Amino acid sequence: MVNLIAKSPLWGQAPLVSAGVTLAEVDLGQVTSIAPFDMAVPGFPAPNTVVADGAARLVWTGRGQAFLIGGPVGDWAEVAAVTDQSDGWAGLSLLGAGAVDVLARLVPVDLRRLAVGDCARTQLGHMAVIVIAVAGGFELLVFRSMAQTAWHELATVIKMRGARLAC
Amino acid sequence: MRIEGKGRVDRLAPVRFRFDGVEYRGFEGDTLASALLANGVRLVGRSFKYHRPRGVMTAGSEEPNALVEVIDGRQQTPNVRATVQEIYEGLEAKSQNRWPSLKYDVLAVNDLASRFLTAGFYYKTFMWPRKFWERIYEPLIRRAAGLGSLSGRHDEAEYEKAFAFCDLLVIGAGPAGLMAALQAARAGADVILADEAAQMGGRLLADSAEIDGKPAQDWVAEVLAELEAAPNVRLMRRTTVTGAYDGGTFGALERVGLHLAARPDLPRECFWRIVAGQAVLAAGAQERMIAFEGNDRPGIMTASSLRTYLNQYGVAAGKRVTIFANNDDARQTARDLMAAGVTVVAIIDARPDASVAEDCPVYTGAEVIGTTGRHGLTGITFRYHGGEVQLATDCLGVSGGWNPLVHLTCHMNGRPQWDGALAAFVPQAGAVPGLHVAGAAAGVFSLGHCLAHGAEVAAAALAVLGHKVAPIAVPQADEAGYDIMPVWEVKGSRRAWLDFANDVTTKDVRQAAQEGFASVEHMKRYTTQGMAPDQGKNSNIGALAVLADATGRGIAQTGVTTYRPPFSPVSIAAIGAGGRAEGFAPQRFMTSHSASVERGAPMIEAGLWYRPSYFPRPGEVTWRQACDREVAMVRSAVGVCDVSTLGKIDIQGRDAARFLDLVYTNVFSTLPIGRVRYGLMLRADGHVLDDGTTARLAENHYVMTTTTAAAGLVMRHLEFVAQAYCAGWEVRFISVTEQWAQFAVAGPMAKTLIDTLTQADLPFMGCALVQLGDVTARLFRISFSGEQGYEIAVPARYGEALFRDLLARAETLGGGPYGMEALNVLRIEKGFITHSEIHGRITAFDIGMAKMISAKKDCIGKGAALRPGLLEGREQLVGLRPVNDAMISAGAHLFAPGAEVKRENDQGYVTSVCYSPTLGGYLGLAFLQDGRARHGEMVRLVDHLRGIDLLCEVSDPVFYDKEGGLLRG
Amino acid sequence: MRITCPLCGPRDRREFYYYGSEDYLTQPALGDFDAIDAHLHLRDNLAGEVRDLWYHEMGCAAWLLVTRNTVTHKISDVVQVAGGGVGILAKMKPEEGAL
Repeated sequence: MVNLIAKSPLWGQAPLVSAGVTLAEVDLGQVTSIAPFDMAVPGFPAPNTVVADGAARLVWTGRGQAFLIGGPVGDWAEVAAVTDQSDGWAGLSLLGAGAVDVLARLVPVDLRRLAVGDCARTQLGHMAVIVIAVAGGFELLVFRSMAQTAWHELATVIKMRGARLAC
Repeated sequence: MRIEGKGRVDRLAPVRFRFDGVEYRGFEGDTLASALLANGVRLVGRSFKYHRPRGVMTAGSEEPNALVEVIDGRQQTPNVRATVQEIYEGLEAKSQNRWPSLKYDVLAVNDLASRFLTAGFYYKTFMWPRKFWERIYEPLIRRAAGLGSLSGRHDEAEYEKAFAFCDLLVIGAGPAGLMAALQAARAGADVILADEAAQMGGRLLADSAEIDGKPAQDWVAEVLAELEAAPNVRLMRRTTVTGAYDGGTFGALERVGLHLAARPDLPRECFWRIVAGQAVLAAGAQERMIAFEGNDRPGIMTASSLRTYLNQYGVAAGKRVTIFANNDDARQTARDLMAAGVTVVAIIDARPDASVAEDCPVYTGAEVIGTTGRHGLTGITFRYHGGEVQLATDCLGVSGGWNPLVHLTCHMNGRPQWDGALAAFVPQAGAVPGLHVAGAAAGVFSLGHCLAHGAEVAAAALAVLGHKVAPIAVPQADEAGYDIMPVWEVKGSRRAWLDFANDVTTKDVRQAAQEGFASVEHMKRYTTQGMAPDQGKNSNIGALAVLADATGRGIAQTGVTTYRPPFSPVSIAAIGAGGRAEGFAPQRFMTSHSASVERGAPMIEAGLWYRPSYFPRPGEVTWRQACDREVAMVRSAVGVCDVSTLGKIDIQGRDAARFLDLVYTNVFSTLPIGRVRYGLMLRADGHVLDDGTTARLAENHYVMTTTTAAAGLVMRHLEFVAQAYCAGWEVRFISVTEQWAQFAVAGPMAKTLIDTLTQADLPFMGCALVQLGDVTARLFRISFSGEQGYEIAVPARYGEALFRDLLARAETLGGGPYGMEALNVLRIEKGFITHSEIHGRITAFDIGMAKMISAKKDCIGKGAALRPGLLEGREQLVGLRPVNDAMISAGAHLFAPGAEVKRENDQGYVTSVCYSPTLGGYLGLAFLQDGRARHGEMVRLVDHLRGIDLLCEVSDPVFYDKEGGLLRG
Repeated sequence: MRITCPLCGPRDRREFYYYGSEDYLTQPALGDFDAIDAHLHLRDNLAGEVRDLWYHEMGCAAWLLVTRNTVTHKISDVVQVAGGGVGILAKMKPEEGAL
């Protein structure tokens, strides 16, 4: 009998608190891709939005696709292709007054326009990213294999922001 | 010379800096140019070609002469404009383009030879003998050419790039720009106001104007205070908008840390991409010179810059100043200087009918015809009423009129239009969609009109965005007109400079016209006028006016050269910010990464992935020793390899099978549940796109694997096929590459190892879900090594644990991990292809898989693949073994033995090679003309690069276990 | 350059992958080699409006049909390829097709 130890994508990485932001890894819990066979199915989020689905969030992540974050699949399996994505993504949270300013260095989208309940599928540097607006900042989902690069890039721009603020 | 009571530098904050090794003092708020002028330093550089002494000529970013090197720690930045560089404690700057010193420059001898060094000299002189070019002429020219020098080290400083969005971008914070921003701010629009200077205000900082009866600076301060306080306005100082691009996108360069001594983590510059709903260009206008003999001496400057140095920096650029002008504006310079107590020797006004009412001598209808002074101006000669008059003067302020800064309006192929009354080019309306021009940039020259125009243009721009705009009150200011009489050059016998930075004179332009380079674009390239760091900002209009005169065409007919971004120089480091070293591309790490690194495995890049190359053991000195051991280990015991980088795509739906039949050449709808099949995918043009295995997990559920290299490509292809051709099909797919960590377990002991983990009796090409404790894993019986093989996949969080566990089990069985090198050898021995073989020009026929294109159905690329010429007479995949087992190389070309080695006789090329420890020699995979019919023949393999020329025997590409008995176990 | 994705909204060009002419939305019949060659390799080089295929690779993964003027660079229309593909599918099927 094998008992395998689980590790998060940024296992052991301490949060970074600097320049008016806090960067930390977040545990997203269960993440399931929901791709309805009929795109007009009720309850499916409009593009660029997040809808509550019980205790979970249903986050629009692309054409005909949403991620159910933090909850069980429930009835979706009957009307949609359902795929486990819990291990495919690294979750980062970037909170604080400087979050928009930090992301303006990496994300080519006007994130000032995102309110809680909004999301965007775009890029962070050269990496695909799902940006979810949350209270006080953003959650960022990047491919698990690129978690270190995402952290490095965010840490770099946070460092530069800190130096700017010190001027 | 500093003037007490003038300027807005901070007299309580002295700043020490060095220029050419000498320490000077300036004040906070000084530029390097203002501080040098305050210290009486007039000679600051040498010109490009003739090495003429040069001094500060302007007070802005257009400066052609005062280009210096700034040395800061490990940085050495050439061609820094002293007029832009702010001083800071410890700033170290150096003059450039001189040797051994600024005052005694050996190459100043070029000036004596100037009559030979005119336009086209290089083109005509260094033509022959041809063999001299590379060895003699080029090094000679290279040594003499260029302004400034680099450190020769990597630039490891921080640079930044950023994106910004706004409703209205206002470019320039002079009177028009401030009014535009104010109008937009009060209308509630989201505004960015960008200005290239350290302080906003534009010419209002440099002029002694009044607005609403108060000093203009007070008005500027009030407006800025309101804008600073407005939450909907962002002020971007030290930010030059450098280019206008499609879709309302603008490039802008912010000088973040260049005005400070280097400090850790502070970016030097930031390159902004600003997306604006609409934009107002209020860049102002730039004063131009007049070409006259000897107009390049230090101390000869634009008249307006004298005003800037006086009013903004409290510096008089000379003790005895003379003004030479063709318009009213320069009079203000004389008045300001006199009011500050500086002697104005004379105003020389080219207009015969100009007013003479000033507090100094005014000579109308006069023109400067000569200057004296070796390292700085000492005197001038001017023509007046047919006679010649000499004056002792150490500073000459020149104004040939003003050019609206139309540059950004021309970045999308627009051309400015000639305005005869202003004697200047003005912007063409609508040349850049959404870009509105206000103030002096639009040819509106009086202060009062600029203020009104700024507000009016902003309101019009906001109306486009649907904002309701209540017009703001326009303050009162001078509305006097601008009187000008065009004067481009004072014709004389000797050299009159147009392009100061590149040493182009009126004579060069006339010579270009005479030699047939009469188009303005040809003249530019023949004389190099406008090709220096200032990109012709100081010379383009003057040069084309001289060209117009030389050719007899008018200025409007002669036209301008093309204006291209950037408006002013942008360092590549800023554009490429974040792209150096680790920032070049994302790094993708497998879950086994740290376990591999712990074992000393060097990493090799496979696309963005980092994969272990080999796992060295104590005593192994070369990679080959490790690789050979790992190959033998897999062939004799068991090896473990992380194959998570292969693309994995989860495909579901009632039409999933039908979809796979459409994208693969072979049939997948007949694949039984729990089985895996190898598939080949074509592009629309019939060439091989990718290959891989696809497993059927359930009736309507498949998981496809792609090669590592083509994972993204295949995803894009599948999306296209689904969206373009499969409307109404019930099929959905998503990448699960990152979700699963997948490990190959290969070798005669593979099953033994797997049996210790789980009980699953899989047939060859079978797959099943298995339990590893609480974790549900996917087990596939597939092989890329030719040995009995499995691949086991677990959710990525368990990847590291499973990898370490598998290694421990493998080591117990006499096996261990293997890396990319061994993986490559194993697959070449087995004749398995990778993207080395299916490199984009390869058909199914070429790799012997034409039969995999099912005759029973259509598939993407099938029609194109069946075209004549793609099914015969082509190079085909073969194996190669060199005689004597000598080394061979990938990239080598193949020839018939005895044939001359030349392109016409080329019969193919080698795609992959390895040393096979299993077979005791080198193996190659190659594409050879009609290769399948030539097994057993000899071919000549030639690699000129590595000096390899030997005979190889052609064989089947499968070298090892041709029947596949081991594979099937 | 910016493209307004019908799903994501206006985005920077860097998020998109360019494929080529809308011609790729149709498939010539099997065996008509001249038509296949023309389909793959022959394009009009228009000064004016063209309809090209772009992929919102860094965004929602929608394939888009973008109407763009090659002279003015003005993008006048962006629509999703999906949904317009109904008629196209018929052209995919060969006479003896067994899809």
